[in-house]
Amino acid sequence: MALTVLAGGLTACSGGGGTPTLNWYINPDDGGQAKLAAACTQASGGKYRIKTSVLPNDATQQREQLVRRLAAKDSGLDIMSLDPVYVAEAANAGFLRPFPAGEAARFTEGVFPPAVQNSTWEGRLYAAPFWANTQLLWYRKSAAKKAGIDPKAPGFTWNELIDGAVRSGTTVGAQGNKYEGYMVWINALIASAGGRIISDAEKGDDATIDIDSPAGRQAAAIIRKLARSSAASPTLSTDIEEQARSLLNGPRGGFMVNWGYIWRAENGDAKDGVIDKRIPADLDWARYPRVNANQESKPPFGGIELGIGAYGKYKDTFSVEAVRCITSTENMKKYMIDSGNPAARAAVYDDPEIKKEFPMAGLIRDSINAAAPRPITPYYTDVSGAVLSRWHPPASVDPNTTPARSAEFIRQVLRDQALL
Amino acid sequence: MTAVHSAPAPGQSRAGRAEISDRSRAERRLGLLLSAPAVLVMLLVTAYPLINALYLSLFSYRITAPDDKRFVGLANYWTALSDPLFWQDVFTTFFITFVTVAVELVIGFGLAMVMHRALFARRTVRTAILLPYGIVTVISAFAWRYAFDLQSGFVNSWFGLGDYAWFSGRWSSLFVIILSEIWKTTPFVSLLLLAGLAQVPRDLGEAATVDGATAWQRLRRVTIPNMKAAILVAVLFRTLDAWRIFDNVFIMTAGQQKTETLSFLTYRQTITRTAIGLGDAVGVLLFLSVVLIAFVFIRGFRVDLSQVRGDR
Repeated sequence: MALTVLAGGLTACSGGGGTPTLNWYINPDDGGQAKLAAACTQASGGKYRIKTSVLPNDATQQREQLVRRLAAKDSGLDIMSLDPVYVAEAANAGFLRPFPAGEAARFTEGVFPPAVQNSTWEGRLYAAPFWANTQLLWYRKSAAKKAGIDPKAPGFTWNELIDGAVRSGTTVGAQGNKYEGYMVWINALIASAGGRIISDAEKGDDATIDIDSPAGRQAAAIIRKLARSSAASPTLSTDIEEQARSLLNGPRGGFMVNWGYIWRAENGDAKDGVIDKRIPADLDWARYPRVNANQESKPPFGGIELGIGAYGKYKDTFSVEAVRCITSTENMKKYMIDSGNPAARAAVYDDPEIKKEFPMAGLIRDSINAAAPRPITPYYTDVSGAVLSRWHPPASVDPNTTPARSAEFIRQVLRDQALL
Repeated sequence: MTAVHSAPAPGQSRAGRAEISDRSRAERRLGLLLSAPAVLVMLLVTAYPLINALYLSLFSYRITAPDDKRFVGLANYWTALSDPLFWQDVFTTFFITFVTVAVELVIGFGLAMVMHRALFARRTVRTAILLPYGIVTVISAFAWRYAFDLQSGFVNSWFGLGDYAWFSGRWSSLFVIILSEIWKTTPFVSLLLLAGLAQVPRDLGEAATVDGATAWQRLRRVTIPNMKAAILVAVLFRTLDAWRIFDNVFIMTAGQQKTETLSFLTYRQTITRTAIGLGDAVGVLLFLSVVLIAFVFIRGFRVDLSQVRGDR
């Protein structure tokens, strides 16, 4: 009896041989991906159906769940929304279906270079860029005026930013919690100073470690300066994106580095009466601050790439079609308007509707074009974890010791000679 | 219950070992047969994963790089034991365990007395005391985290602490973690102690009163010695429980500010890093530490687990 019920349940799950169902594992959003799934199901004309399943909230936990499923060769994982930093790992482990050259050309056409770079491993495209993200410097015009600084001025640096905030009694929000967001900040500072964390990543645990460099020390000096100044958030060492945002809305709110979703969130909150209605009107934006006045900054790069599971039943047929539908230029635009997450193709930013909805669209486009990806390596989790464990909390960072100690630690962790 | 009846008293068994009657031999065989399926299931669900973990801990092996699996012998154990992080986590775990168990024992005893002595609204008092234990740990951890959070919490405004960031320092984070752990599991301790209190014969206390003993003397000389078994069992259970603390730390600090515990360390090697070999080595060490604690308690303090069941 129990067996028949169980068997019945199983057949019900597999769809009973009707329309093929593609499972798309998505990162949580405001329903934008679910809408695209519905739209592409419709567009397929009954060939297939896309069903979405939501992954956990933060990037690390999303990866954990995907890795567990993929390591178990889950054939029900057709499409996945992957954080760009994990593409190399999944590709190297054989978890993703690579796109043949012919297909790859279509998926990368007109796409921002950092997004393509992040979706490629050992010369092959393993994921289709879907949306791209970057951070801007968001600030309140009144605070900048009070501080006597112009964040839009060419050559505007972190030092000027921190000094200005300290002078005017305002704050500079950043992500200092021990998680990916802090790694984003560290990487952007090092890249903006002209350095990088590791290179020759394809050598795996023999990669060259470059964090102990003048650029690494400059990055450490900026983090230390902010963390130990009165412009820091009192909870900097546990702040994530949303804490930085509420700091900006608070009584000492001034400046913060944060992703593009802020624009939507602030306007939404003002409309709902959560924050003062005057705040969005006072809000302005500028490019990610520089480390050196004479050197362009390299803003962080983020977003989502779509991977096709290597063990899926429809990996060579419907999954590819579905990914093509989801990542079409017009769906990228639709998703940007629905969710506030920036498209991965530059052309979208010239659309009048987008320009109206996102007054900073041009700046976002330029920032993504210039963005520096985090290290592209199959051991990304180890590299990131090793950096974070030596650079956290931000106030403990010391340019004289932290970069050197973290370089040594990354090497040990990569060789399984240290716990993380 | 039959087992209890037929089991000879310790003295008898020693004398009777020389000649076992056919009947008791048959009974013994039947007993073995009857318990065999249970033993098999136990081996399957506990021994197999353990042996598998032992085996995997001898490899350098990552889920995401299955082709690079190679035998490294005991190197993973050496990596773990020679890493300062491991010992830092051992200390953190020990600190949390020691403080929570000590405080819970005192408060738990007080609450047990209240529950034991309550003259009116007995059921309500007991329910109120036991309530925290019924809440899922993850949920209580979230509640405590939000209470102490700078932006959403009320603790700072209640006590006028302004911008004090609880989760930005090691000791203040541990304070909140320990507080929530105590709040959550004291009812468990008091429940075990209440059972112990109920077992202390009333006439012993009355006799002591007649002899002129004060309340404090009755407590120290009569009640507590008679509850020894219950107290030791409560301490043992809570120590083992606290030693593998995970949920509270995971929710409140995610192991930051040096609040990481041994289970969390295992979790991060195995699940986050997917370094199965290294993670299993830490897991095996954690298992050995649990066995050690149980051994020390049961042998060292002569805890008789049968006593709390009332089989005297």
